[in-house]
Amino acid sequence: METVLFVLFGAIAVCGAIMVVTRKSPMASALYLILTLFAVAALFVLRQAHFLAAVQVIVYAGAVVVLFVFVIMLINVPEDRLPVERATTTRVLGVIAAGILILESAVLARRYWMPKGPAAEVGTVEAVGRALFTDYLLAFEITSVLLLAAVIGAIALAKRKI
Amino acid sequence: MVNGILDYLWLVPALPLLGVVLNGAIALFAERPLLLREAGLPLPGGHGHDSSHGPSHPASDAHPGAHSGSHHGTPMYRKLVAFIAPAVVGAAFVVALLCVLSLASRPADGRTFVQILFPWIQAGSLLVPAALQLDPLSSVMALVVTGVGFLIHVYSVGYMSHERAFARYFVYLNLFMFAMLTLVLANNYLLMFVGWEGVGLCSYLLIGFWYEKQSASDAGKKAFVANRIGDFGVLVAMFLVFWTFGSLSYTEVFARVPLLRESGVLTTGLATAITLLLFLGATGKSAQIPLYVWLPDAMEGPTPVSALIHAATMVTAGVYMVARSSALFLLAPDTMMVVAVIGAFTAIFSATIGICQTDIKRVLAYSTVSQLGYMFLACGVGAFTAAIFHLMTHAFFKALLFLGSGSVIHALSGEQDMRKMGGLKKYVPVTYVTMFAATLAIAGIPGFSGFFSKDEILWQAFSSSHGSPVLWGIGALAAGITAFYMFRLVFLTFFGESRMDPEVEKHAHESPWTMTVPLTILAILSVAGGWIGIPAILGGGNLFEHWLAPVFHPAAAGAHGAPAAAHHPAALEMGLMALSVAVALCGIGLAYFLYRVRTGKPAEIAEQWPTLYDVVYHKYYVDEFYEWAVIRCVVNFSTRLWQMFDVLFIDGIVNGAAGLVRAAGDRARRLQGGVVGGYAFSLLAGAVLLVGYILYRSVVQ
Amino acid sequence: MIAPSAYLLLSAILFGIGVVGVVARKNILIILMSVELMLNGVNVAFVAAGSYLGDPAGGVFAFMVMTVAAAEAAVGLALLIALYRLKETVDITELKVLKW
Repeated sequence: METVLFVLFGAIAVCGAIMVVTRKSPMASALYLILTLFAVAALFVLRQAHFLAAVQVIVYAGAVVVLFVFVIMLINVPEDRLPVERATTTRVLGVIAAGILILESAVLARRYWMPKGPAAEVGTVEAVGRALFTDYLLAFEITSVLLLAAVIGAIALAKRKI
Repeated sequence: MVNGILDYLWLVPALPLLGVVLNGAIALFAERPLLLREAGLPLPGGHGHDSSHGPSHPASDAHPGAHSGSHHGTPMYRKLVAFIAPAVVGAAFVVALLCVLSLASRPADGRTFVQILFPWIQAGSLLVPAALQLDPLSSVMALVVTGVGFLIHVYSVGYMSHERAFARYFVYLNLFMFAMLTLVLANNYLLMFVGWEGVGLCSYLLIGFWYEKQSASDAGKKAFVANRIGDFGVLVAMFLVFWTFGSLSYTEVFARVPLLRESGVLTTGLATAITLLLFLGATGKSAQIPLYVWLPDAMEGPTPVSALIHAATMVTAGVYMVARSSALFLLAPDTMMVVAVIGAFTAIFSATIGICQTDIKRVLAYSTVSQLGYMFLACGVGAFTAAIFHLMTHAFFKALLFLGSGSVIHALSGEQDMRKMGGLKKYVPVTYVTMFAATLAIAGIPGFSGFFSKDEILWQAFSSSHGSPVLWGIGALAAGITAFYMFRLVFLTFFGESRMDPEVEKHAHESPWTMTVPLTILAILSVAGGWIGIPAILGGGNLFEHWLAPVFHPAAAGAHGAPAAAHHPAALEMGLMALSVAVALCGIGLAYFLYRVRTGKPAEIAEQWPTLYDVVYHKYYVDEFYEWAVIRCVVNFSTRLWQMFDVLFIDGIVNGAAGLVRAAGDRARRLQGGVVGGYAFSLLAGAVLLVGYILYRSVVQ
Repeated sequence: MIAPSAYLLLSAILFGIGVVGVVARKNILIILMSVELMLNGVNVAFVAAGSYLGDPAGGVFAFMVMTVAAAEAAVGLALLIALYRLKETVDITELKVLKW
């Protein structure tokens, strides 16, 4: 059962990813990105990481991609003025390199042993919450600073006049 | 044994060294800024030129810097230097004299005093202490060097009084004294060699004293290079000595000679090799064939330098070294023959050149080469005592001749060409009288010092078991030629009608006391200095030979070099003596005839035999031959080597490295194209490689 | 049962596709989205590893990554807006002032 679900959601994720990367219109890419993110969230659930799946949907799909869509619509490049994609040497080589990377990672992945078994309760609310507020408290606090910085930065950068 | 004054032997070389330090400080801090300022050059501290000692006027020997600033009274530093420089040498002479007297008070077989200063080299089995040795031989040398050196220092004060670089001159002169005294007082070959090189250096510095003049600096280089070739011989000889004897100290080496001779280690071949190499060094330092060519050019230096270095002391270093190594030379009869032949041949060869020279100093230079030939002739026939005797008397009269010529040149405001002299005896009487005395000495007129020493040599050349009548014949003929050209010099310079430039004649004057007093003292020595060596057959006690006997006779005992006067009749000796005097008188007579009676004859002869005259006048074109045969080849080879190796290879590497960096940079800068996609690709490529490496490592396990 | 390495393989694939997007596309918006894609791939790996090894760090890290991704997206897009106002283009190859 688990295998089926894994393969299904995995396929959706991969296909969505490919579509993200290959669409001409950014709008289409954004929509496919949402699809991919949902699939990934499903995969999280499959590993008993409910909390994380929820956060994925709320934050990633719900906020980040929405932001993307806002900006796409704000910039509003008309279709005929979208950049033309040509296949230069660098691009082709890049694709090939990425392929090699995937293959290497695959081989490596097979060698690193992890015990099979039922999923430990790692991504649940209790687990994440406990870890976050005890062992990783510092990271948690610093993240808040990071977010503050991001907010200020975004506002400062996007203003018309300083 | 209480050593007394001998404990202060080290003062003898140390005092001139003190002079170097003091005068050097004065030269550096008082004279140099003065000279730089006068030349308008920036002083150091601002990085202008490093023209160290300002322009001293190189025009000619005796007229340096006529319009110098010394008109408004001598500056303090010059007076200081003028006192310090001769004083240290005089003090060294006094100490040396006292040491020698102390040595003389010892019994005849105990007259070797060694003073170890400090353990200099201790490298495995090579133990060379810095030590001084005073024995009869080195005592003679030390006294001659300090005595004549002192007189020449005093003379220099007067002669160089117009010189701008006054202090620098005395620094070099004192340095020379230090090096020469180290050479003669050293206890081992290595320390002697230090002095040997030191005098070579000072010779270069002093010959090229007026270095702005091209010919002077060239002469300095020539002297140094010729010396260096000889030094190679000395070095290799020292290696052989150490290898054979295990030591470089005189006492140890010479003590081991009989032992090693018996045991067969010291073969004749080995001894021949060592001594030939030593002799090569001697030909360089003492200007014999083939390395004599630097000495005439060395006359570019100031005249007192010529007197001290190239007449009395440095050039005698070769003779000293050969005499010191007499024990080795006596084991190698082949070398002795070579030495004698070269000595005799040099004597006559350079005498013939002296006939035609027109520069007064050049005549004296060739005369020096010739007289040195006599000394080597003596060594070559085993008469080492005679060689040292002649060394001493030659120091007296040759130094006197040079100083006298300096006085003449000074009187004539720089003129050195004898064709422009004449009739000077009324202008410079003291100089005339003293030079005449020296000329009588060098011509070998009985009663004068030169007679006794030269005659001793000729007799030994005839009678010694290493000698032969042929050598005597060559020596006698050379003596005749010597008498001839020396009297030619005197007649041309002092007698006859004046051929002087009228302007010059107006200013002709006798020299100051600082110059005439040394001349007088040397004249007295030229006359009386030989009287300590009057041979037995003339009624004298030959004190000189007895004094030196302990040094030479133990060596001679093991070989067959003892003066073989025993089995020749006294009549033969007297007869040969009379014959050589007759030859000398003939030479004088011929000179009188050609230069006083029929003064046009020399020119006639020159016209009758133009080629012969040309060859002799141009010194047989030896310099030109060397240039063609040796120098050109060396220079060409060096140039080729430079082009191939230095320019192509080394510069290629250096420039290539720079070019490589530039090319690489040129390629590398294109990496930064500004396009982000390119950067991203680089990142990706790097990541791929890294992961691949990790993969490789994990797989290889 | 799913082999754990399958998750890692999936993560690698997602990451790789994201990389392709970054390297091969000219539109800045697409590039930024590809970056999000890469981050997601990494998250998959984190969560999978954490759940298989029982280490809460996996979940925490995934959480942090999401936070950072959000912040980075915000700032990146702000930059893009500012840039668009200046240059009137979203083509990344137009931005090549900083070159040799």
